[in-house]
Amino acid sequence: MTVHPFYRRERNQHPPALTPNYKSSVLRAPFRPLVSPEQAELDWTGPAFGHDMLGPLDNDLIRNASAGGEALGERIIVHGRVLDENARPVPNALIEVWQANAGGRYAHSNDTYLAPLDPNFSGCGRTISGADGTYVFRTIKPGPYPWPNNGSDWRPAHIHLSIFGEAFAQRLITQLYFEGDPLIPLCPIVNTIPDPAIVERLVARLDFKNQMPFDCLAYRFDIVLRGRRQTYFENREEGA
Amino acid sequence: MSDGPFDGRLKETPSQTAGPYVHIGTAPQSIGRPALPNQPGPVAFEGTGAVTVEGIVYDGAGEPVRDAMIEFWGADPDGRVGRNGLFGRTTSDFRTGVYRFRTARPGPLKAGTAPYIAILIFARGINLHLATRLYFPENRAQIDADPDLRRVSPSGRASLTAVKASDGEADYRFDIHLQGENETVFFDV
Ligand SMILES: [Fe+2]
Repeated sequence: MTVHPFYRRERNQHPPALTPNYKSSVLRAPFRPLVSPEQAELDWTGPAFGHDMLGPLDNDLIRNASAGGEALGERIIVHGRVLDENARPVPNALIEVWQANAGGRYAHSNDTYLAPLDPNFSGCGRTISGADGTYVFRTIKPGPYPWPNNGSDWRPAHIHLSIFGEAFAQRLITQLYFEGDPLIPLCPIVNTIPDPAIVERLVARLDFKNQMPFDCLAYRFDIVLRGRRQTYFENREEGA
Repeated sequence: MSDGPFDGRLKETPSQTAGPYVHIGTAPQSIGRPALPNQPGPVAFEGTGAVTVEGIVYDGAGEPVRDAMIEFWGADPDGRVGRNGLFGRTTSDFRTGVYRFRTARPGPLKAGTAPYIAILIFARGINLHLATRLYFPENRAQIDADPDLRRVSPSGRASLTAVKASDGEADYRFDIHLQGENETVFFDV
Protein backbone atom coordinates (compact mmCIF):
# COMPACT_ATOMS: atom_id res chain seq x y z
CA MET A 1 0.00 0.00 0.00
CA THR A 2 1.31 3.44 -0.91
CA VAL A 3 0.80 6.01 1.79
CA HIS A 4 1.61 9.66 2.18
CA PRO A 5 2.16 10.46 5.81
CA PHE A 6 1.58 13.98 7.06
CA TYR A 7 4.11 16.61 7.95
CA ARG A 8 4.56 16.62 11.66
CA ARG A 9 2.40 19.24 13.35
CA GLU A 10 4.43 22.42 13.86
CA ARG A 11 3.67 22.91 17.51
CA ASN A 12 5.09 26.45 17.49
CA GLN A 13 2.21 27.47 15.22
CA HIS A 14 -0.25 26.56 17.98
CA PRO A 15 -0.78 27.68 21.55
CA PRO A 16 1.16 25.67 24.13
CA ALA A 17 -0.93 23.60 26.53
CA LEU A 18 -0.07 25.63 29.62
CA THR A 19 -1.05 29.30 29.30
CA PRO A 20 -1.51 30.70 32.84
CA ASN A 21 -3.27 33.90 31.74
CA TYR A 22 -6.02 31.64 30.44
CA LYS A 23 -6.77 30.12 33.80
CA SER A 24 -8.72 27.08 32.65
CA SER A 25 -5.55 25.71 31.07
CA VAL A 26 -3.67 25.52 34.37
CA LEU A 27 -5.21 22.25 35.59
CA ARG A 28 -5.85 20.85 32.13
CA ALA A 29 -2.38 21.04 30.59
CA PRO A 30 -0.42 17.78 30.59
CA PHE A 31 3.01 18.03 32.26
CA ARG A 32 4.74 15.23 30.39
CA PRO A 33 6.07 15.50 26.85
CA LEU A 34 4.00 14.06 24.04
CA VAL A 35 5.00 10.67 22.60
CA SER A 36 5.61 10.62 18.84
CA PRO A 37 4.64 7.30 17.27
CA GLU A 38 5.02 6.52 13.61
CA GLN A 39 1.95 7.61 11.72
CA ALA A 40 -0.43 4.73 11.14
CA GLU A 41 -3.54 3.93 9.22
CA LEU A 42 -5.79 5.59 11.79
CA ASP A 43 -3.89 8.86 11.25
CA TRP A 44 -3.95 9.04 7.46
CA THR A 45 -7.59 7.92 7.17
CA GLY A 46 -10.60 9.60 8.69
CA PRO A 47 -14.37 9.72 8.67
CA ALA A 48 -15.79 10.78 5.29
CA PHE A 49 -18.60 13.30 4.99
CA GLY A 50 -20.63 14.02 1.89
CA HIS A 51 -22.76 16.92 0.75
CA ASP A 52 -25.82 14.68 0.94
CA MET A 53 -25.56 14.60 4.73
CA LEU A 54 -26.39 18.29 5.07
CA GLY A 55 -29.83 19.76 5.55
CA PRO A 56 -30.77 22.61 3.17
CA LEU A 57 -30.41 25.31 5.85
CA ASP A 58 -27.40 23.89 7.66
CA ASN A 59 -25.16 26.68 6.35
CA ASP A 60 -27.66 29.48 6.98
CA LEU A 61 -27.65 30.36 10.67
CA ILE A 62 -29.93 33.33 9.99
CA ARG A 63 -32.78 30.94 9.18
CA ASN A 64 -31.94 27.45 10.40
CA ALA A 65 -33.43 27.91 13.88
CA SER A 66 -36.29 30.15 12.89
CA ALA A 67 -39.25 30.39 15.24
CA GLY A 68 -41.06 32.37 12.57
CA GLY A 69 -38.53 35.13 11.91
CA GLU A 70 -34.89 35.64 11.09
CA ALA A 71 -31.97 36.04 13.48
CA LEU A 72 -31.18 39.55 14.70
CA GLY A 73 -27.82 41.15 14.04
CA GLU A 74 -25.36 42.23 11.38
CA ARG A 75 -25.94 39.88 8.48
CA ILE A 76 -22.73 38.39 7.11
CA ILE A 77 -21.46 35.59 4.97
CA VAL A 78 -18.18 33.91 5.86
CA HIS A 79 -16.40 32.24 3.00
CA GLY A 80 -12.98 31.05 1.96
CA ARG A 81 -11.03 27.99 0.98
CA VAL A 82 -9.84 24.94 2.84
CA LEU A 83 -6.29 24.19 1.74
CA ASP A 84 -3.55 21.92 2.99
CA GLU A 85 0.02 22.93 3.79
CA ASN A 86 0.94 22.15 0.17
CA ALA A 87 -1.65 24.77 -0.91
CA ARG A 88 -3.86 22.09 -2.43
CA PRO A 89 -7.61 22.50 -2.01
CA VAL A 90 -9.22 20.12 0.46
CA PRO A 91 -12.62 19.03 -0.91
CA ASN A 92 -15.42 17.57 1.22
CA ALA A 93 -14.05 19.09 4.42
CA LEU A 94 -16.81 19.23 7.02
CA ILE A 95 -16.89 22.57 8.84
CA GLU A 96 -19.12 22.75 11.90
CA VAL A 97 -19.65 26.19 13.44
CA TRP A 98 -21.07 27.52 16.67
CA GLN A 99 -21.30 31.03 18.01
CA ALA A 100 -23.02 33.48 20.34
CA ASN A 101 -25.93 35.62 19.13
CA ALA A 102 -25.65 39.32 18.29
CA GLY A 103 -25.80 40.20 22.00
CA GLY A 104 -22.99 37.82 22.94
CA ARG A 105 -25.22 35.11 24.44
CA TYR A 106 -24.98 31.40 23.62
CA ALA A 107 -28.08 29.23 23.30
CA HIS A 108 -26.56 26.85 25.84
CA SER A 109 -27.88 25.83 29.25
CA ASN A 110 -24.58 26.74 30.93
CA ASP A 111 -24.45 30.32 29.57
CA THR A 112 -25.94 32.70 32.13
CA TYR A 113 -24.83 36.01 30.60
CA LEU A 114 -27.52 38.67 31.01
CA ALA A 115 -27.88 39.44 27.29
CA PRO A 116 -31.12 37.94 25.97
CA LEU A 117 -31.49 34.87 23.80
CA ASP A 118 -32.70 35.34 20.25
CA PRO A 119 -35.67 33.03 19.65
CA ASN A 120 -34.71 32.77 15.98
CA PHE A 121 -31.07 31.81 16.50
CA SER A 122 -29.37 28.66 17.78
CA GLY A 123 -25.82 29.51 16.71
CA CYS A 124 -25.25 26.07 15.15
CA GLY A 125 -24.44 25.37 11.53
CA ARG A 126 -22.47 23.21 9.12
CA THR A 127 -21.05 23.34 5.64
CA ILE A 128 -18.82 21.18 3.43
CA SER A 129 -16.12 22.42 1.08
CA GLY A 130 -16.56 21.95 -2.65
CA ALA A 131 -14.20 20.31 -5.14
CA ASP A 132 -12.06 23.49 -5.18
CA GLY A 133 -11.98 23.68 -1.37
CA THR A 134 -14.36 26.65 -1.18
CA TYR A 135 -16.96 26.92 1.54
CA VAL A 136 -19.55 29.47 2.61
CA PHE A 137 -22.04 29.99 5.38
CA ARG A 138 -24.38 32.81 6.29
CA THR A 139 -24.89 34.05 9.82
CA ILE A 140 -25.03 37.15 11.99
CA LYS A 141 -21.92 38.67 13.48
CA PRO A 142 -21.68 37.42 17.07
CA GLY A 143 -21.39 39.92 19.91
CA PRO A 144 -18.44 40.11 22.30
CA TYR A 145 -19.13 38.75 25.79
CA PRO A 146 -17.60 38.90 29.25
CA TRP A 147 -16.31 35.80 31.03
CA PRO A 148 -14.70 35.19 34.40
CA ASN A 149 -10.93 34.80 34.06
CA ASN A 150 -8.82 37.69 35.31
CA GLY A 151 -11.93 39.36 36.73
CA SER A 152 -14.21 40.28 33.85
CA ASP A 153 -12.35 39.53 30.65
CA TRP A 154 -14.06 40.02 27.29
CA ARG A 155 -13.99 37.75 24.29
CA PRO A 156 -13.70 39.49 20.93
CA ALA A 157 -16.47 38.59 18.49
CA HIS A 158 -15.65 35.08 17.30
CA ILE A 159 -17.04 32.01 15.57
CA HIS A 160 -15.94 28.54 16.67
CA LEU A 161 -14.99 26.26 13.78
CA SER A 162 -14.50 22.50 13.83
CA ILE A 163 -12.90 21.07 10.70
CA PHE A 164 -12.49 17.54 9.35
CA GLY A 165 -10.21 17.13 6.36
CA GLU A 166 -9.64 13.80 4.67
CA ALA A 167 -7.59 12.32 7.52
CA PHE A 168 -7.84 12.16 11.28
CA ALA A 169 -4.36 13.74 11.47
CA GLN A 170 -5.86 16.94 10.01
CA ARG A 171 -8.51 17.33 12.70
CA LEU A 172 -8.69 20.89 13.97
CA ILE A 173 -10.90 23.08 16.15
CA THR A 174 -10.27 26.81 16.20
CA GLN A 175 -11.91 30.25 16.37
CA LEU A 176 -12.31 32.94 13.76
CA TYR A 177 -12.03 36.62 14.73
CA PHE A 178 -13.05 39.75 12.80
CA GLU A 179 -10.74 42.35 11.27
CA GLY A 180 -10.55 45.57 13.26
CA ASP A 181 -11.90 44.24 16.56
CA PRO A 182 -10.08 46.14 19.34
CA LEU A 183 -10.72 43.28 21.79
CA ILE A 184 -8.49 40.85 19.89
CA PRO A 185 -5.17 41.89 21.47
CA LEU A 186 -6.80 42.05 24.93
CA CYS A 187 -8.11 38.48 24.92
CA PRO A 188 -6.32 35.88 27.08
CA ILE A 189 -7.54 33.08 24.81
CA VAL A 190 -6.25 34.80 21.66
CA ASN A 191 -3.01 35.44 23.53
CA THR A 192 -2.48 31.77 24.24
CA ILE A 193 -0.80 32.12 20.84
CA PRO A 194 2.34 34.04 21.73
CA ASP A 195 3.10 35.45 18.27
CA PRO A 196 0.72 38.18 16.99
CA ALA A 197 1.73 37.34 13.41
CA ILE A 198 0.27 33.85 13.92
CA VAL A 199 -2.90 35.32 15.45
CA GLU A 200 -3.38 37.27 12.22
CA ARG A 201 -4.16 33.97 10.50
CA LEU A 202 -7.27 33.65 12.68
CA VAL A 203 -8.62 37.06 11.64
CA ALA A 204 -11.28 37.06 8.91
CA ARG A 205 -10.93 40.00 6.50
CA LEU A 206 -13.78 42.21 5.39
CA ASP A 207 -14.43 41.24 1.77
CA PHE A 208 -16.49 44.23 0.69
CA LYS A 209 -16.70 43.34 -2.97
CA ASN A 210 -18.22 39.93 -2.24
CA GLN A 211 -21.08 41.34 -0.20
CA MET A 212 -24.61 40.25 -1.10
CA PRO A 213 -25.91 43.70 -2.12
CA PHE A 214 -28.49 45.13 0.27
CA ASP A 215 -28.37 41.92 2.32
CA CYS A 216 -25.05 40.75 3.84
CA LEU A 217 -21.47 41.87 4.24
CA ALA A 218 -18.84 39.26 3.48
CA TYR A 219 -15.79 38.12 5.44
CA ARG A 220 -13.04 35.99 3.96
CA PHE A 221 -11.33 33.28 5.97
CA ASP A 222 -9.03 30.63 4.53
CA ILE A 223 -8.28 27.50 6.51
CA VAL A 224 -5.05 25.51 6.23
CA LEU A 225 -4.96 21.88 7.33
CA ARG A 226 -1.90 19.65 7.61
CA GLY A 227 -0.49 18.42 4.33
CA ARG A 228 0.98 15.14 3.18
CA ARG A 229 4.66 14.78 2.51
CA GLN A 230 5.38 15.07 -1.19
CA THR A 231 7.58 12.01 -1.42
CA TYR A 232 5.94 8.64 -1.76
CA PHE A 233 7.06 5.82 0.34
CA GLU A 234 6.05 2.21 0.27
CA ASN A 235 4.59 1.09 3.52
CA ARG A 236 5.70 -2.44 4.07
CA GLU A 237 2.85 -4.60 5.14
CA GLU A 238 4.52 -6.59 7.82
CA GLY A 239 2.83 -9.94 7.45
CA ALA A 240 -0.62 -8.36 7.32
CA MET B 1 -3.37 33.98 -0.72
CA SER B 2 -2.36 33.81 -4.39
CA ASP B 3 -3.39 31.17 -6.88
CA GLY B 4 -0.06 31.44 -8.70
CA PRO B 5 2.93 29.14 -8.53
CA PHE B 6 3.78 28.26 -5.00
CA ASP B 7 7.19 27.17 -3.86
CA GLY B 8 6.81 26.82 -0.13
CA ARG B 9 4.47 25.43 2.43
CA LEU B 10 1.54 27.16 4.03
CA LYS B 11 1.30 27.16 7.79
CA GLU B 12 -1.45 25.20 9.46
CA THR B 13 -4.28 27.30 10.88
CA PRO B 14 -3.59 27.65 14.61
CA SER B 15 -5.85 25.89 17.09
CA GLN B 16 -7.98 27.59 19.72
CA THR B 17 -9.82 25.97 22.57
CA ALA B 18 -13.20 24.39 21.80
CA GLY B 19 -14.48 26.28 24.86
CA PRO B 20 -17.37 25.37 27.14
CA TYR B 21 -20.09 25.60 24.49
CA VAL B 22 -18.69 23.02 22.06
CA HIS B 23 -21.97 21.10 22.40
CA ILE B 24 -23.89 23.67 20.35
CA GLY B 25 -21.96 22.90 17.22
CA THR B 26 -20.88 19.32 17.68
CA ALA B 27 -23.36 17.54 19.95
CA PRO B 28 -26.61 19.55 20.09
CA GLN B 29 -28.53 16.57 21.48
CA SER B 30 -26.47 16.92 24.68
CA ILE B 31 -28.10 20.32 25.33
CA GLY B 32 -31.60 19.24 24.45
CA ARG B 33 -31.60 20.33 20.82
CA PRO B 34 -32.21 17.97 17.90
CA ALA B 35 -29.09 16.36 16.43
CA LEU B 36 -28.46 17.43 12.86
CA PRO B 37 -28.99 14.78 10.17
CA ASN B 38 -26.16 12.23 10.02
CA GLN B 39 -24.27 13.94 12.82
CA PRO B 40 -21.86 11.52 14.50
CA GLY B 41 -22.99 10.51 17.95
CA PRO B 42 -21.92 8.21 20.79
CA VAL B 43 -22.96 4.98 19.04
CA ALA B 44 -20.75 4.12 16.06
CA PHE B 45 -21.41 0.39 15.89
CA GLU B 46 -23.97 -2.16 17.06
CA GLY B 47 -24.05 -5.91 16.75
CA THR B 48 -21.49 -8.64 17.18
CA GLY B 49 -18.24 -7.20 18.44
CA ALA B 50 -19.73 -3.99 19.84
CA VAL B 51 -18.34 -2.72 23.12
CA THR B 52 -19.39 0.09 25.43
CA VAL B 53 -16.68 2.24 26.98
CA GLU B 54 -17.20 4.73 29.76
CA GLY B 55 -14.94 6.90 31.85
CA ILE B 56 -14.17 10.30 33.28
CA VAL B 57 -11.65 12.89 32.17
CA TYR B 58 -9.93 14.25 35.29
CA ASP B 59 -8.08 17.55 35.66
CA GLY B 60 -4.89 18.09 37.64
CA ALA B 61 -6.86 18.60 40.86
CA GLY B 62 -8.62 15.26 40.42
CA GLU B 63 -11.91 16.93 39.49
CA PRO B 64 -14.00 15.52 36.65
CA VAL B 65 -13.96 17.62 33.49
CA ARG B 66 -17.65 18.11 32.80
CA ASP B 67 -17.41 19.94 29.50
CA ALA B 68 -15.26 17.61 27.41
CA MET B 69 -16.10 16.51 23.88
CA ILE B 70 -14.43 13.24 22.97
CA GLU B 71 -14.03 11.77 19.50
CA PHE B 72 -13.13 8.17 18.68
CA TRP B 73 -11.93 6.62 15.45
CA GLY B 74 -11.11 2.97 15.01
CA ALA B 75 -11.07 -0.01 12.71
CA ASP B 76 -14.05 -2.30 12.31
CA PRO B 77 -13.99 -5.83 13.82
CA ASP B 78 -12.07 -7.06 10.75
CA GLY B 79 -9.37 -4.43 11.14
CA ARG B 80 -10.59 -2.35 8.21
CA VAL B 81 -10.38 1.44 8.29
CA GLY B 82 -11.05 3.90 5.44
CA ARG B 83 -14.72 3.78 4.47
CA ASN B 84 -15.24 1.05 7.05
CA GLY B 85 -13.65 2.99 9.89
CA LEU B 86 -15.86 3.75 12.86
CA PHE B 87 -16.13 7.33 14.04
CA GLY B 88 -18.20 8.90 16.74
CA ARG B 89 -18.24 11.53 19.42
CA THR B 90 -19.51 11.81 22.93
CA THR B 91 -19.57 14.38 25.71
CA SER B 92 -19.01 14.35 29.44
CA ASP B 93 -22.13 14.42 31.54
CA PHE B 94 -22.62 17.95 32.90
CA ARG B 95 -23.24 16.62 36.41
CA THR B 96 -21.05 13.53 36.80
CA GLY B 97 -18.43 14.01 34.13
CA VAL B 98 -18.97 10.46 32.85
CA TYR B 99 -18.66 9.97 29.11
CA ARG B 100 -19.86 6.87 27.31
CA PHE B 101 -19.60 5.54 23.77
CA ARG B 102 -20.27 2.34 21.86
CA THR B 103 -18.20 1.07 18.97
CA ALA B 104 -16.59 -2.11 17.68
CA ARG B 105 -13.71 -3.79 19.35
CA PRO B 106 -11.29 -3.14 16.50
CA GLY B 107 -9.55 -5.93 14.64
CA PRO B 108 -5.76 -5.78 14.37
CA LEU B 109 -4.46 -3.25 11.83
CA LYS B 110 -1.05 -4.72 11.38
CA ALA B 111 0.77 -7.78 12.65
CA GLY B 112 3.00 -7.09 15.62
CA THR B 113 0.90 -4.20 16.90
CA ALA B 114 -1.90 -4.05 19.42
CA PRO B 115 -5.32 -2.88 18.21
CA TYR B 116 -6.43 0.48 19.57
CA ILE B 117 -9.06 3.17 19.22
CA ALA B 118 -7.74 6.67 18.52
CA ILE B 119 -9.21 9.22 20.94
CA LEU B 120 -9.22 13.03 20.76
CA ILE B 121 -10.16 15.25 23.71
CA PHE B 122 -11.50 18.78 23.34
CA ALA B 123 -12.56 21.06 26.22
CA ARG B 124 -12.38 24.50 27.72
CA GLY B 125 -8.79 25.07 28.84
CA ILE B 126 -7.38 22.67 26.22
CA ASN B 127 -5.76 24.92 23.63
CA LEU B 128 -5.00 22.19 21.11
CA HIS B 129 -6.89 18.91 21.30
CA LEU B 130 -5.15 16.03 23.06
CA ALA B 131 -4.68 12.71 21.29
CA THR B 132 -4.53 9.43 23.13
CA ARG B 133 -5.24 5.76 22.43
CA LEU B 134 -7.43 3.17 24.05
CA TYR B 135 -5.90 -0.31 24.13
CA PHE B 136 -7.66 -3.41 25.43
CA PRO B 137 -6.56 -5.36 28.51
CA GLU B 138 -6.93 -8.68 26.67
CA ASN B 139 -3.99 -7.65 24.45
CA ARG B 140 -1.42 -7.19 27.20
CA ALA B 141 1.29 -9.18 25.41
CA GLN B 142 0.85 -7.27 22.15
CA ILE B 143 0.81 -3.97 24.02
CA ASP B 144 4.12 -4.78 25.69
CA ALA B 145 5.63 -5.72 22.31
CA ASP B 146 4.14 -2.83 20.31
CA PRO B 147 6.89 -0.72 18.68
CA ASP B 148 4.88 2.50 19.18
CA LEU B 149 4.85 1.94 22.91
CA ARG B 150 8.52 1.09 23.30
CA ARG B 151 9.29 4.54 24.68
CA VAL B 152 6.28 4.48 26.99
CA SER B 153 6.86 3.41 30.58
CA PRO B 154 4.86 0.51 32.06
CA SER B 155 2.69 2.97 33.99
CA GLY B 156 2.19 4.96 30.79
CA ARG B 157 1.08 1.82 29.02
CA ALA B 158 -1.32 1.13 31.86
CA SER B 159 -2.77 4.64 31.35
CA LEU B 160 -3.58 3.67 27.77
CA THR B 161 -5.22 0.36 28.63
CA ALA B 162 -8.92 0.22 29.41
CA VAL B 163 -10.04 -1.78 32.42
CA LYS B 164 -12.66 -4.50 32.15
CA ALA B 165 -15.75 -3.12 33.83
CA SER B 166 -17.21 -5.28 36.57
CA ASP B 167 -20.66 -3.75 36.89
CA GLY B 168 -22.96 -1.33 35.13
CA GLU B 169 -23.74 -1.27 31.44
CA ALA B 170 -20.23 -0.63 30.17
CA ASP B 171 -17.78 -3.30 29.04
CA TYR B 172 -14.69 -1.18 29.67
CA ARG B 173 -13.68 1.72 31.85
CA PHE B 174 -11.21 4.24 30.44
CA ASP B 175 -10.42 7.22 32.67
CA ILE B 176 -8.21 9.96 31.30
CA HIS B 177 -5.98 12.05 33.56
CA LEU B 178 -4.98 15.33 31.94
CA GLN B 179 -2.24 16.13 34.42
CA GLY B 180 -0.33 14.85 37.42
CA GLU B 181 0.96 11.65 38.85
CA ASN B 182 -1.36 9.36 36.89
CA GLU B 183 -1.18 11.46 33.76
CA THR B 184 -2.38 9.70 30.62
CA VAL B 185 0.09 9.37 27.78
CA PHE B 186 -0.74 11.81 24.95
CA PHE B 187 0.61 11.53 21.42
CA ASP B 188 1.95 13.90 18.81
CA VAL B 189 0.60 12.16 15.72
FE1 LIG C 1 -17.00 31.35 22.39
